[in-house]
Amino acid sequence: MIDALIYGALILLLIATAIGMARTRSLFAVVALGGIYSFLMALALLVLDAVDVSMTEASVGAGISTVLLLGTLYLTRLHETLPIRLSPAPLAMSVITGLALLYGVVHLPPFGDPSTPMHRHVAPRYLEDVVRETGVPNAVTAVLASYRGYDTLGETTVIFTAGIGVLLLLRRRRRQPSDGKDKAGR
Amino acid sequence: MMHREAIPRVVVKLLIPFLLLYALYVQFHGELGPGGGFQAGVIVATAVILYGLIFGLAEAKRIVPPRLIEVLVPLGVVIYAGVGFAGLLAGGNYLDYFVLDPDPVHGQERGIFWVEVGVLVTVSSTMTAIYYAFSGRGR
Repeated sequence: MIDALIYGALILLLIATAIGMARTRSLFAVVALGGIYSFLMALALLVLDAVDVSMTEASVGAGISTVLLLGTLYLTRLHETLPIRLSPAPLAMSVITGLALLYGVVHLPPFGDPSTPMHRHVAPRYLEDVVRETGVPNAVTAVLASYRGYDTLGETTVIFTAGIGVLLLLRRRRRQPSDGKDKAGR
Repeated sequence: MMHREAIPRVVVKLLIPFLLLYALYVQFHGELGPGGGFQAGVIVATAVILYGLIFGLAEAKRIVPPRLIEVLVPLGVVIYAGVGFAGLLAGGNYLDYFVLDPDPVHGQERGIFWVEVGVLVTVSSTMTAIYYAFSGRGR
């Protein structure tokens, strides 16, 4: 009962935030609402007992992304320009994607249902043997760093690649018109 | 133009040690509670970004030089991959932590510790690098 109330309130707040973001033309307000949206998502993940993901959402989604978007606002204008003409294609694409996602959500197994494949495959083995094998009580950490160490190595490499990519794109100096040689890489 | 903003400056200076301490807590307590290298790395980057926001980008770059950041971004991956090679050298498989210590459970703890250090180094430096790249661009 309490859970249902909390979920309901969070979903209503999320919807209200999303509508607010879609309606306002002030990009500063959009960034601020985006931060609020991320914090609400962090709360929702906290209610779902996914504390590690919730921390990540709060720090990356609400913290760093907001700062980066504010930094981008400094480079652009604070107000969104009105569209010159109504373009139905993006709207249709959003609606179709949203409907497809809703269709997918309907077919998800009930939350926390122990009889679903994801709870019967390797998860029980991890949960039963994690402390004996690794001595790490937080199963999330043990799965991330030990049982699924290859995946996390891949993820770390992805973050590395993303960082290098952003540096290559954004640190590029403007080419001097008089200078024929490419000094872009510095 | 910044010298009039005394209150944010004082508050940030007081806040940053606690931010870094909290990052260390999230890092080293990740085995027991929520958190780990990724979250701790983001919190470390947050401390640098907060400093940069209040004291200016140049001041942040003086304390955390971009050259250092550019070394740290790949270093974290090297640490992580190095743990894998340590497992190979100790006679196990790649990323096998059981062989890192005579006691397999200790080996696991050691492997997880260093892997998380690698994640921390790469995540914190990448986030800082992206912030530097974003805010270093003039209009």
